[in-house]
Amino acid sequence: MTNPPTPTVPIPGVHEGLRSELQKAGIFVVSTEFLYNWGRKNSIWPLGFGIACCAIEMICTAASRFDLARFGAEVFRPSPRQADLMIVAGTVTKKMAPQVVRLYNQMPEPKYVIAMGACAISGGPFKQGYNVLKGVDRYIPVDVHIPGCPPRPEALLHALITLQRKIETQRTLGSAERRNNPAYSDDSRDFPVPQYGEHDLVPAYNRDVWKARPVTRES
Amino acid sequence: MSVPDSTSSPAIAPREYEVYSGDDLGTNVLEVSMGPQHPSTHGVFRMNVTLDGETVVKLKPVFGYLHRNHEKLGEGMTYLGSMPYTDRLDYFCSMTNNWAYALTAEKLAGIAVPERAEYIRVIMAELTRLQNHASLMGFLTNDLGASGTPLLYAMREREHILDLFEWVSGARMMCNYMRFGGVRNDLPEGWLEQCKKVVDAFPAFLDEFDALLTGNEIIQARCQNVGILPRDLAINASITGPCLRASGVNYDIRKVDKYGIYDRFNFQVPLGEVGDCYDRFMLRLLEMRESVKILKQALSQIPASGPTLDAKSRNFRPKPGEAYGRIESPKGELGFYLISDGGPKPYRYRIRPPSFINLTVLEDMCLGQKIADTVIILGSIDIVLGEVDR
Repeated sequence: MTNPPTPTVPIPGVHEGLRSELQKAGIFVVSTEFLYNWGRKNSIWPLGFGIACCAIEMICTAASRFDLARFGAEVFRPSPRQADLMIVAGTVTKKMAPQVVRLYNQMPEPKYVIAMGACAISGGPFKQGYNVLKGVDRYIPVDVHIPGCPPRPEALLHALITLQRKIETQRTLGSAERRNNPAYSDDSRDFPVPQYGEHDLVPAYNRDVWKARPVTRES
Repeated sequence: MSVPDSTSSPAIAPREYEVYSGDDLGTNVLEVSMGPQHPSTHGVFRMNVTLDGETVVKLKPVFGYLHRNHEKLGEGMTYLGSMPYTDRLDYFCSMTNNWAYALTAEKLAGIAVPERAEYIRVIMAELTRLQNHASLMGFLTNDLGASGTPLLYAMREREHILDLFEWVSGARMMCNYMRFGGVRNDLPEGWLEQCKKVVDAFPAFLDEFDALLTGNEIIQARCQNVGILPRDLAINASITGPCLRASGVNYDIRKVDKYGIYDRFNFQVPLGEVGDCYDRFMLRLLEMRESVKILKQALSQIPASGPTLDAKSRNFRPKPGEAYGRIESPKGELGFYLISDGGPKPYRYRIRPPSFINLTVLEDMCLGQKIADTVIILGSIDIVLGEVDR
């Protein structure tokens, strides 16, 4: 059995000593936000979305030995409408990029992305290819990057735990300033779906999530 | 179990229906796009299926969602530089991919392989076949609706073999282990003993799998006489590997070419009769049993010591010429075609992928079948999109 939630953030108006006494009796006084995040981080539903080699390691992570179910994320959903997490497991080609962005748009908020493997991060070994997208973070915001070609299942588990930590700290209630999180903002996040243009995908990247690094030349 | 006969049941009186006899009642065909994101397309594969009711009347595959410019990249780098890329072709079977490429380069440059290295290659290739076929059967039953359980059994066994690969090459999946003229490094101490244990324990898993799945009524009902690939069509469409042998054609490159040292082993080539999904399913099970036989012979015959790599792989410049090397990979005939102009890079680097060519008969196998069966037919062909799109 997992440990009960241990609230560390003090709640204004609740005496810490009383709270500690109640905790000994098995009564936990926590904020709704804490409870909500606790439930959310322990039941992440990933999208069953394998693209290439890394998908096999993703399946291995969910299978017998590594058992993703220990972290509550074993419910791979075939439909993006039911998924919280998109694991981009493999090389995203220029033909596949529109579908990836469309799938991301179809996922309900709050949604997260793990870029698994070198290809999803930067194009990896296939970066020089004419048909390979040089990093999926050009089109969708990535929460956790896992290097490796392919990353080991332990690395994916680590990425998931990292994501859980991130979810833990997110603020879901209150004003937009307090939330400070695009997932909980009032605007929808419908990203433009790239299409084949004359030379390359149009747009070449999503300006909201990625900025080209300025080129500096030493004179 | 007895099924109640609904026609003799007195409780439900037969209802009278008025049959509509006008000729303006007809169904339209419906075009369904399956994939590239679909849980059963084994990767980013897309099928444009035209349906009449639930029956497939037309099926057009759409490729290229994983086109990673493998061949073009291969022309831009040294011969050895392409070796890690071959791992990523068919990412279940990196060892056999390495072997096919090394075999072609050896043919091109006329390099001999030491005996111990040949045995190591056979052991690696047959272990690859075991884990590929086991996973395939798991995925196939997953497509049939056995949500995950057989796949978990298969993955459990696969991990034991991946451990062996990791021990010898440092990577679970992308082994990059073969070199031109041998293998990269000798087997570590204790590896052969562990391999023997894994191989000895494997038939127990096969028996378990056999008892669990082969007699299963659902598997028989859904696989038998579904997706029949006629013998003539299989030959004319140059289908290779288990798909061809399931249609009853005795063609195994391990027997035909006897590449490596396959002439030293005593094994049989299982053949199917009907060429349906069930034959393809059973053939994999039987092939795994034959692979275990080969492994046992190889493990007892392997020389205790000796060189594993004679030739140098770096600065590899074969004389101008061309070579085609092929092996029996778990999916079929995997061939590499290299043209050398004498430089450090190949002039042309071409792959003959078994998955891609086996996939070309998908429409012929699916026509007239139900939409749910296309998923099983696709699963029984055993494709890996890394190899299909390259």
